Amino acid sequence: MSLRTEPMTVNVGPQHPSTHGVFRLRITFDGEEIVEVEPVFGYLHRGTEKLAEERNYVQIVTLTDRLDYVSSMINNQAYCLGVEKLLGVEPPPRAKYMRTIAAELQRVASHLMGIGFFLQDLGTLGTPLMYCFRMREKILDLFEMLCGARITVSYMRPGGVLDDAPAEFWPALDAFLEGFPSEFGEIEQLVLENEIVMVRTRGVSTLPLDVAINGSVSGPVLRASGLAWDWRKMDPYDAYADVEFDVPVAAGGDNYDRFWVRMQEVHQSIRIVRQCIQQIEPGPVRLALPLVLRPKPGAEAYGRVEASKGELAFYLVSDGGVSPYRMKIRSPSLINLTVTEHLLVGWKLADMIVTLGSMDINMGEVDR
Amino acid sequence: MFGLSMAAGLLVTLKNLTKKPFTVQYPEERVKQHPRFRGEEFVWYEERCTGCASCAKYCPLGIIKIETSPSETLPQQGDKYRLEVFDIQIFRCMFCGLCVEACPYDALFMGSGFEQGQYSRKEMVIGIDDLRHADKKPSTYLRPQLESANYDPRSGKPLDWKDVGRESWDWHLKEKAGMRLARPTPPDYAGGPQAQEESNTSERTGGETKFGGPA
Repeated sequence: MSLRTEPMTVNVGPQHPSTHGVFRLRITFDGEEIVEVEPVFGYLHRGTEKLAEERNYVQIVTLTDRLDYVSSMINNQAYCLGVEKLLGVEPPPRAKYMRTIAAELQRVASHLMGIGFFLQDLGTLGTPLMYCFRMREKILDLFEMLCGARITVSYMRPGGVLDDAPAEFWPALDAFLEGFPSEFGEIEQLVLENEIVMVRTRGVSTLPLDVAINGSVSGPVLRASGLAWDWRKMDPYDAYADVEFDVPVAAGGDNYDRFWVRMQEVHQSIRIVRQCIQQIEPGPVRLALPLVLRPKPGAEAYGRVEASKGELAFYLVSDGGVSPYRMKIRSPSLINLTVTEHLLVGWKLADMIVTLGSMDINMGEVDR
Repeated sequence: MFGLSMAAGLLVTLKNLTKKPFTVQYPEERVKQHPRFRGEEFVWYEERCTGCASCAKYCPLGIIKIETSPSETLPQQGDKYRLEVFDIQIFRCMFCGLCVEACPYDALFMGSGFEQGQYSRKEMVIGIDDLRHADKKPSTYLRPQLESANYDPRSGKPLDWKDVGRESWDWHLKEKAGMRLARPTPPDYAGGPQAQEESNTSERTGGETKFGGPA
């Protein structure tokens, strides 16, 4: 005897706690199996690109904080690199190192959020998430020392950084770096080899490399599929040319690999910060640029960084005025979402949220 | 062996069970706030303010409203614009600190508070009188002179307008008396020697740039 079944369409979100923001997935299930996926977004659209057209080049820094709000420093960095290219200036060496330190700390903080929420989506009920938040809190404390804010930092400026680090920053950073490996080791001991995590995530929602490349996927999601593609290596900006680090690559492209790549990248980021502390030299941290910048008319620039979620880029066009003629944001989360269908179709309901967590999307960046 | 790593994981949770909590019970206990914290209740020194409205022009949200009128005394005699309105719509403020960055005379500082909640929006607009009578405990954000004096707004005393400048308040008198020839520049601020010369004057807010502008 066979039962007649009908496919059922379910809306996940936009107010669902597991969608990492206001994101909606229209999923058609056949029993427990996903047969169709349609991501719907735009609930957090604030018109950043348009707002940028009526603000001057320094004021836009405050808008970039709000794109991917768990990695504001890296957004600042990408935007400032773009404006510097537009102006044809280069920040002083100390500023480059300060940026690298700040960006790598932010990458750690962002990956901690990614790891924590991924595990939360797996059903770990908060314990690893709270450990991750505890570590992230210390990084945010360092940011408060640097620039007076924790999330919306606005620390970087075209031509350098806002201000040099205060005297209390360096001992605090040393103390953080000393305590961090053992704390992060606890997370690794807790979940990295855990059988339940392995069984739930190994071989689930695999992303083949050709699909990933075809979909312009970047960041840890691409590296988990087996391509060592990292703009910090391919096109070193700021101080990345002077530091040594490895690009962790996994081969499987499944949920566990995406999670594993993030865990390894945290170690590499800490390694970069340590080298930066050794190499940084005293000096100015900011070029004396006027408060209101006016690039040459017709100038265009593409500022690109490897953000915590992938390739983040700002394409700026100037018409000679005080604000850009056009600012286009290439946000990694949005482009990584284009492979959602490949990742989800054919898998079960229980893996759907986990897969979404393993992609580590941020809706502030998807909708802009 | 199945279960071994789970035991290892449980060891971690056991270890953390015996640790002291990381969180604090907020209203009773507070975490340390750093001196650069960008908070509300802006600190404004009327004596230093010339009413140039650089802060209002530089605010990304345009929430600072300044109205001035020329005073009867001539500027050569040391007078300045009379400020009539200085409103900050603090309920829209995002505390980015750009107004403080734009102020060429060290007249505006970030505050260190974060607990201002009101029942109506009207009360969330800081007027000129509120600014006059606010606690003068400025944040050290973008003010290296306060930082080098190790000032902490959470524990320090309220500062007078004479104590907060990038240079001593009577530099013009000293210069007139021939005591000092060059205006001092703060160390480690905004680049090298040339940069300091440029950034130390009110021309910082000016429109002329080094990059040509429209051809």
